Amino acid sequence: MKEILRQRFIEQIFVMFGREPRKPAQITERALRAHELKRMTNKQDLQAMKAHMRSHEEKSTRWRNRRWLTLIAINLLFVLSFALDIQILEGALTASRFIGFHLIDLNSAIQVMLAHKHIITNLLIGTATVLVLWILFGGRSFCSWVCPYHLLAEWAEKIHLWLAAKKLVTDQPIDRRLRSVFWVAFALLAVVTGYTVFESISPTGILSRAMIYGSGLLALLWVLALLVFEIFFVRRAWCRYACPIGLTYGVVGIVSPVRIKYTLDGCFHEGDCRKVCLVPHVLDTVIKGRAVDTEVPIGPDCTRCGLCVDTCPTGSLKFEVKGLSKLM
Amino acid sequence: MSDAEETSPGSAEKVGAGRTAPPQSKERKQQARRRVLRTILLTGGVLGAALSGYLPIAYAQKTRLRPPGALDEQDFLSSCIKCGQCVQVCPVQAIKLADLADGYGQGVPYIEAREQACDFSCDAVQCILACPTGSLTYRKPAFMPVRPGAKLASKPILLAKESDAEPTLNLAERIGVARLTRPESCLAIQGKGFKGPARGAEFKGELRYMSVDRWKPIPISEHPYDTALCDLCVQACPVKGAISIEAVFAPDGSSRKSPVVHEPCVGCGVCEMVCPTEPASIEIMPGEGWRA
Repeated sequence: MKEILRQRFIEQIFVMFGREPRKPAQITERALRAHELKRMTNKQDLQAMKAHMRSHEEKSTRWRNRRWLTLIAINLLFVLSFALDIQILEGALTASRFIGFHLIDLNSAIQVMLAHKHIITNLLIGTATVLVLWILFGGRSFCSWVCPYHLLAEWAEKIHLWLAAKKLVTDQPIDRRLRSVFWVAFALLAVVTGYTVFESISPTGILSRAMIYGSGLLALLWVLALLVFEIFFVRRAWCRYACPIGLTYGVVGIVSPVRIKYTLDGCFHEGDCRKVCLVPHVLDTVIKGRAVDTEVPIGPDCTRCGLCVDTCPTGSLKFEVKGLSKLM
Repeated sequence: MSDAEETSPGSAEKVGAGRTAPPQSKERKQQARRRVLRTILLTGGVLGAALSGYLPIAYAQKTRLRPPGALDEQDFLSSCIKCGQCVQVCPVQAIKLADLADGYGQGVPYIEAREQACDFSCDAVQCILACPTGSLTYRKPAFMPVRPGAKLASKPILLAKESDAEPTLNLAERIGVARLTRPESCLAIQGKGFKGPARGAEFKGELRYMSVDRWKPIPISEHPYDTALCDLCVQACPVKGAISIEAVFAPDGSSRKSPVVHEPCVGCGVCEMVCPTEPASIEIMPGEGWRA
C-alpha cells in the first residue's frame, strides 16, 4: 500500500515537469473495492443521490476569500512599509526584509547566482529563510497566496470563461512541458548572457515594483499584453505554461506537508474541481477509477489555492497538514 | 482543456489506456499539430520578449549613473535582484528604478543627478547597507577588476561630518567623475555672479545645508544664493577638496576663474544638480575614472 502511494508521489513529480497523468498501473485493494462498489450502484439511486446532494449544495468562497485577503494584505504590507515608512516588510517580492530578516525569492536568487556567478552571505541567508518558509507553507502556495500576477490572472480568467461560455473565445491549450523548457532556457540564458534575463519580463517582479515604487510603467504594458493573451487565447497561459517561479516553488512543494487531500468515498466524479483548477493535471486522481487509494494527497504542482475545496459539493477535497492529524 | 471528455466515465478509460498509443482520428491529429504550433509560438513570443532586453543595452546612448558602491555595469546588472531596498533608505530619494526601456536594466536602480543627486545626507551610504546581493558594496570581491581611475586615493572626507571622530565615507571607488562639459556657458568662466534659487522656484531637488540643518535636507529652491562670482558647485559639493575655483589661463594669456575638479571627486552629481545654467555646465560622467 505504501509502495503504491510512493509510486504516485514520484509520478506526480514527473507530472509537474510536464508528463501527462496516466492511469495508475496498481491500485490498493480497498480503493479497488471502492471503485467496484461505485460501479455497482444502481444508476437511479446514484442520480437520486446526486440530485439530493446538489439541492443541499452551498456555493462557498471561503478559501478564495481568505486567499485574496492574504494576498492583498501581504502586498499592501510591502506598499505601506515604504509609503508610510513603517518598515515592516521592506523591499519588493524579489528580495525584502521582514523586520530586518532577509527574505530572497528563490527564483530570483537562482537567476542572480547564475548570472553573477558569485554568492554573498546575505543572499544565502535570505534564500534559506524563504526556502524553509515555503516548505512549511506549501511550495506553490506562493503563487496563489502571494503573487500579485496570480490575482490579476484570476480575474482575467473569469473574463475568459465568461467569453468562452458565450462561445466568443476558446481555450487553446499548450504543451505543459514548455514550462520546464522555459525554466532551463532562462537558467541557461542567465549563465550565458550574464544578465538576469527572466527578471526583466517577470510579471511578479514588475507588478510588485510598480505597486511599491510606482516605477516601470512601460513594463506594465507587457503584463497587460500577457493578460489580454490569456483572456482571448490561452487560459492562464503564463502561470500554466511559462512561469519558472511556479516550477521553482513547485519543487519546494514536493517536501511540503501542506496539501490538498482527496477522499474517494463520497466523490461522484463530476469533475467540478477540475474545471476551476489552475493545474487540473494534479486532480487526475478524481477521475473515475484513477484513485490509487481511498485517500490520495494531491501532487506538488498544486498551488493550494483552495478553489477545488470551495467547489467540491461532497467535501471530498480538503486541506491537510501531513503529520498534524497524527499529532492531534 | 478537454476536461469534459476526460471526466465522463467512458473516456476516462480511453485516456487511461494512452500508454499503448490508440489510433488517432484525423481531427485529433490536427488538434495535436495545432497544439505543437501554438507551443512553438508561445516559446518564441516569451523568449523573444526576454531577449529584446538586449536591444537597449546594445543601443545604449548614455550610461546610467548608479548609486554609490555600485559594481561595474555588467556585474551590477547581473547581481542586482531588483528589489529597490536602496530606494527605500535614501533620505533624498535620489535613487530611481529603471523601466523597460533599459532592457535588462529594468528595475535596476540609477540616479538622475540633474534631478536629484546623492548628497550623502545619510552620512553612512545607507543604500550599500540595504543591498542584499552585494551589487552595492563597501568592498569589492578581490576577483573583480577595478576600472582604471575608479579607485579613490583615500577615503573621501564628508564635509558635513568633518569634525566627527570618523569624518570619512566608506567608499573605495568613485561612481563617476565631474567634468566641466560646457565651459562656454559656465558663469564663473564668464566672470558672472549668481543671485536667487539655483534652479528656479519650481525645482524639487533637495540638498542638505549644514548652515540650516545637519540632519534634514531641504529643497534647493528654499535656499537662494547670492554670489559675486558663481561658485555654487563648490559651495554645494559634499566632499572635501573635490572641487574649487581656480585661476586658469586661456591660450591668449588672459586669466579667468573656473571650477576645477580634483582627485577626491566621487561622482555624486551634486554640482550637476545645483549648476544654475541650462543645460548644466558641469556634468557627471557615469562610470568614468579620474584623469590627472
